[in-house]
Amino acid sequence: MRRKLVSMALASVLTAAFFAGCGKAADDAGDNGNTTNDGNGTDSGTSVENAGGTEHGGTGTAAGSGAASGGSVYYLNFKPEQNDAWQELAELYTEQTGTEVVVITAADGTYEQTLKSEIAKTEAPTLFQVNGPVGLANWEDYCMDLSGSELYSHLTSGDYALKNDAGEVAGIAYVIETYGIIYNKKILEDYCTLENAVIGTPEEIDDFDTLKAVADDIQARREEINDTFGYELKGAFTSAGMDNSSDWRFKTHLANLPIYYEYRDRGIDSTDAIEGTYLNQYKQIWDLYLTDATCEPGLLSSKTGDESESEFGMEEAVFYQNGTWEYGNLTNPDNGYLVAAEDMSMMPVYIGVEGEENQGLCTGSENYWCVNSQASPEDQQATLDFLNWVITSDEGRDSMANDMGFTTPFDTFGEEYTADNVFIRADAAYTAAGKIPVTWNFSTIPSETWKDGVGSALLEYAQGTGSWDAVVTAFVDGWASEYAAAHE
Amino acid sequence: MEKSIRKYFPVFVLPTFAAFTAGFILPFLMGIGLSFCRFTTVTDAEFIGLGNYTKIISDATFVHALWFTALFTIVSVITINVLAFAIAMLLTKGIRGTNLFRTVFFMPNLIGGIVLGYIWQILLNGILENFGKTLTYSSAYGFWGLIILMNWQQIGYMMIIYIAGIQNIPDELIEAAKMDGAPAGKLLFHVTIPMVMPSITICTFLTLTNSFKLFDQNLALTAGEPSNRSQMLALNIFETFYSRSGWEGAGQAKAVVFFLIVALIAVAQNRLTRSKEVQQ
Repeated sequence: MRRKLVSMALASVLTAAFFAGCGKAADDAGDNGNTTNDGNGTDSGTSVENAGGTEHGGTGTAAGSGAASGGSVYYLNFKPEQNDAWQELAELYTEQTGTEVVVITAADGTYEQTLKSEIAKTEAPTLFQVNGPVGLANWEDYCMDLSGSELYSHLTSGDYALKNDAGEVAGIAYVIETYGIIYNKKILEDYCTLENAVIGTPEEIDDFDTLKAVADDIQARREEINDTFGYELKGAFTSAGMDNSSDWRFKTHLANLPIYYEYRDRGIDSTDAIEGTYLNQYKQIWDLYLTDATCEPGLLSSKTGDESESEFGMEEAVFYQNGTWEYGNLTNPDNGYLVAAEDMSMMPVYIGVEGEENQGLCTGSENYWCVNSQASPEDQQATLDFLNWVITSDEGRDSMANDMGFTTPFDTFGEEYTADNVFIRADAAYTAAGKIPVTWNFSTIPSETWKDGVGSALLEYAQGTGSWDAVVTAFVDGWASEYAAAHE
Repeated sequence: MEKSIRKYFPVFVLPTFAAFTAGFILPFLMGIGLSFCRFTTVTDAEFIGLGNYTKIISDATFVHALWFTALFTIVSVITINVLAFAIAMLLTKGIRGTNLFRTVFFMPNLIGGIVLGYIWQILLNGILENFGKTLTYSSAYGFWGLIILMNWQQIGYMMIIYIAGIQNIPDELIEAAKMDGAPAGKLLFHVTIPMVMPSITICTFLTLTNSFKLFDQNLALTAGEPSNRSQMLALNIFETFYSRSGWEGAGQAKAVVFFLIVALIAVAQNRLTRSKEVQQ
């Protein structure tokens, strides 16, 4: 009898321990997004790698008061560069209002997969983003109609709202960005003083042929430049890394130019079949990136975005294709880069199209805020309130304009909250000079798979393991088949 | 005692069974169900029948990943087992420092796949850089890189199993064979190998399934580059599910096919090597 009792007791202890373990796990999961404690940070940390390397947990203090007001905000942030600024902003908002805001940043290039797993959770993101019409098609069921929101009413133009097929406002752009070829003005000006320099001033570069002539010359005479001016140039262009932290610069941003010109010629703004009329120009510029570069093409497959950035930062290269979002990284004192802010500028990506001396920088948005339509009404309201605070309060506007360096499409950002950096100024100068900005048409690219196909073909062409025909096939045929697959 | 164990059987089994159901059986059944659905998130799916399965047949990356994985499995099973067995033979001869060697050979197995993948990526890229290439230059580099990595990681583990098997062979058997004048080759193939057959069963099973299911090393070493040519099945399924919108169901269907293949191979292999085992 006694033995029986003991074994009963042991068995129940075992069971109890098991269920206790279960209960704890459930608590932790519930914490995610609901209260801000460490449990939340670690829970999300398993699926989301925080690119900024800072804590995920975000706010950490006012957990109790957050629950009291009803709703809470969980923002799945796309931009690792701005992670720190968002975390600070979230903390500040919690301090002021008691609503807690969790900001989690997906690692570079993993946003879609992070969103996919996060949104299936009970505590799903209340605020996320899509990258344009193609991204919206996938997430339409989760995008709340924002046409009645205050956020929408503050947009300076209806063009910055992303509408679904039903005409509802599904997403709202929150940042307008610009990319082009970032260049080191100091080195370029020094080069201009050399004997037999191809150009007299950097401004003379206004088409592909001049750009190529200058780049070729710098590449060929880099020893001479280094000896004369004390630089450590390794090439004209930074490495065109095809690691996935960098390949979007070419398979998406650079690919935008042939798409843009084709759309312009055909008078369309999206298509089910691209013809590839400007692919020869695409090849020209890609060849230039490859030959006048800091590294051998065979090494490109593992060159990262950081390497390219640091090559420019350490003055090992003169040209660097990237956008306004890079300003923070290039000027961050922690990175120890040599290049000074006032020595940087940006020029359009010239690919050799007729009349391109009137081409401006590439300006647009692929970042649209969407509020989760399947979140609770309290959370939705809390999210809208938070966004409203971000674009109307002094702290929010200051953070967006100055810390994050965003040019925003909202009318609440007056003169005093205008992001200001050399790249934005360069864009303004080109626009003022009557140059026509290149729109962002890459948001009409039919799928990520298309980009991957083009990226791989570009890499193989660069390495010499594939031909340019494969790029053309991936670009043209891939477009048709991916478009068909996405619209079946 | 026996009787009371039987009586309390449910009490002891229930916790584990509940965990097994929640952690394995339910997700597994849900996964099979999802493979017949179209969905963006797993909690919100719509039944579409066999559409996902027809989709994967026409997916060239899946077929390529299948062959790549099959080839990788064949090569790695052979190299790992032959080398592990050879080292096990050497380290049962009683040479000096046997224990040290065993420990050192076993240690790579203690490092996680992702870490190992990145370490080998740095090492191999460091060598290839001298030739102006990298691991992702072509799939052949990725393939052999993976083989090297897997060998390095698994040989030590399999070696331990083989050592246990070899040490289990009764000395008198070997001695008797030697007295009968059996040469070393005969001794190996007619005495040692038949006697360690149970170890071979385990080791081939482990290497076979490990190689076929390989994911983290593949992800860390090459991530499937270039052009998905060094992508193995598990990574292909992952990429289909997460990186391709509209293909979540197809990814799930691939996972079901993948399960069937692994199960089939594992059962077949087990039958085959079991039948060769001898009773001591």
